[in-house]
Amino acid sequence: MDTESTYSGYSYYSGRSRGSHRHGERSRDRHKTRSKDSRSEKSVTINTPPAEPLLGDSAVRGEQVQDDNWGETTTAVTGTSEHSLSQEDIVRITKDLEDSVGLDCRRYFTLTLAVILGLLVFLTPLAFLVLPHILWPERLQSCGTACEGLFISVAFKLLILLLAVWALFFRPPRAGLPRVFVFRALLAVLVLLFVVSYWLFYGVRILDSQDENYQGIVQYAVSLVDALLFIHYLAIVLLELRQLQPCFSVCVMRSTDGETRHYNLGQLSIQRAALAILEHYYCDFSVHNPALLSASKSRAAKHLAGLKVYNVDGEFPAAPAEGPGNNAAAGLAHSQSRAMIAAAARRRDSSHNELYYEEAEHERRVRKRRARLVVAVEEAFTHIKRMQEEEQKKAPGDVMDPREAAQAIFPSMARALQKYLRTTKQQHCHSMESIQQHLAFCITNNMTPKAFLESYLTPGPTLQYSRDHWLARQWTLISEASVTSGLKDGTVFLLKCVDFSLVVTSKKIPYIQMSEEYIDPKSHKFVLRLQSETSV
Amino acid sequence: MAFIPGQPVTAVVQRIEIQKLRQGDNLILGFSIGGGIDQDPGQNPFSEDKTDKGIYVTRITPGGPADAAGLMMGDKIMQVNGWDMTMVTHDQARRTLTKKKEDVVRLLVTRKSLEEAVKQSMSYPRQ
Repeated sequence: MDTESTYSGYSYYSGRSRGSHRHGERSRDRHKTRSKDSRSEKSVTINTPPAEPLLGDSAVRGEQVQDDNWGETTTAVTGTSEHSLSQEDIVRITKDLEDSVGLDCRRYFTLTLAVILGLLVFLTPLAFLVLPHILWPERLQSCGTACEGLFISVAFKLLILLLAVWALFFRPPRAGLPRVFVFRALLAVLVLLFVVSYWLFYGVRILDSQDENYQGIVQYAVSLVDALLFIHYLAIVLLELRQLQPCFSVCVMRSTDGETRHYNLGQLSIQRAALAILEHYYCDFSVHNPALLSASKSRAAKHLAGLKVYNVDGEFPAAPAEGPGNNAAAGLAHSQSRAMIAAAARRRDSSHNELYYEEAEHERRVRKRRARLVVAVEEAFTHIKRMQEEEQKKAPGDVMDPREAAQAIFPSMARALQKYLRTTKQQHCHSMESIQQHLAFCITNNMTPKAFLESYLTPGPTLQYSRDHWLARQWTLISEASVTSGLKDGTVFLLKCVDFSLVVTSKKIPYIQMSEEYIDPKSHKFVLRLQSETSV
Repeated sequence: MAFIPGQPVTAVVQRIEIQKLRQGDNLILGFSIGGGIDQDPGQNPFSEDKTDKGIYVTRITPGGPADAAGLMMGDKIMQVNGWDMTMVTHDQARRTLTKKKEDVVRLLVTRKSLEEAVKQSMSYPRQ
């Protein structure tokens, strides 16, 4: 019920729809509905509705015509204004406001730290080489051939290190994780310690004593750069290679409709595993559609709605008493709920019957509308044809670009498409503008009508839709174990979003023991199975 | 009628003498055989032990010489005219039974009911 109250501003329309007079419909249909029963003619308005919804989705037509169960959908929150919001919209707006504040300073802090460390690392070998020339140039031995060869080596190794660090670390960040990335922090500390210890040694043994052996100093700088390259190798192994080998099989289930997927992950910390799972979520899971859940909610409400518990013995827990009094009140509530459960179990309700027939009817309706839609689209596509080069000179008048062509053929299929979307409760995912854009795109790329329809017939992955329809932007990781600890067998954590949550359980991939058996190709021999019967 | 390899086979047998009937150029006995050491013993419907590769009577022509002599379907043929039939190929058995020079074949056959009859008679006290 909550999800439909957004559009309940139109409910006063449907209240009058039974009387076969609909506001804003085409005049043709109005004449028809006066003569026929309103149930048989479900007309669709293509004109823009008089009230602009607050969320700016101008193509939404609202739950105007739901003749089957209009009693349930139209008595939701009928606000005094036409711009009524549901509870979830309010929560979503407040969440979006607090989205962008607070995490930016942390990102800039880590960025500046990284830049400082990088500068320190790159300038250290150069400083080692240059400082003797500045501080004691007259006592310094001149650089021989081998020493100058080492200059080239230092230069190229520094260049390689620069490119490698750029490739590994200077990539646009894909996410903001709750806790610090442990391996990166450890590596940064290691590099810092390393460079500091080299500086200490340099300061004590070379600067203080003013060593004249320049070749030794150059070799010292080369060893520093070598060691930095090895640390970079360690960084690659820890950050990139270690989690490539799949170690855990992770099961991700959406809490609202139970859609489940399984992924293979390597040895990751919980927050990085959550990040990998979310990136897969946007590609694999179909878009979350709250309109599909209303039926089960209404059924659940009906189950317990018919039962009322009366207290025949007449003991009212009037004031909150201590000790045994409270227990009596708790016991009373306990026994009440048990009585309700027992009564509900005994009651012979026929709700399963209703569900069965309702689902069969819905299935039939969806298939009928889909057939009409496919025919309408195929017919619409036959009206336009790609123009050949030689025709360009003959008929310059009627030439259209893809967008105009789309707008030209859209009205003939619009009604069937809207009816289908409304039956499958997808109408809020697609605006008229997006449909026309998609149509222009399909026409440009020579797609068949079936290819055009594919994105409307089945609910696609979340990435396919525009950002406002995702309903999944800000994620919270809920976990009993620390989020920087590694994944283990049986780890369970939750990724909560405003409307739903993803439940993630992990299982270790078992150790596989394989043995071999050799089959000689000459060992494939066969005999006939005889069973003859001879009469004598 | 299971047998243990290497041990002598013991069975309770019945002696049946069949006179061959002349039909044109052929001498027929009026039954069909199945089994043999070159056949698949698992498909024999009459044997108790499915590894038994002996010769079994699979069909009896009603009113024929074998029927008149008392041969029954499912009998295992142990000897024909003194020749052993427990370890022969199917073709050897056929040839032994259909020798043109012999008019009569004397079979030693065994069946389960014979064993049971002997056991029953042994369990009654002698009178």
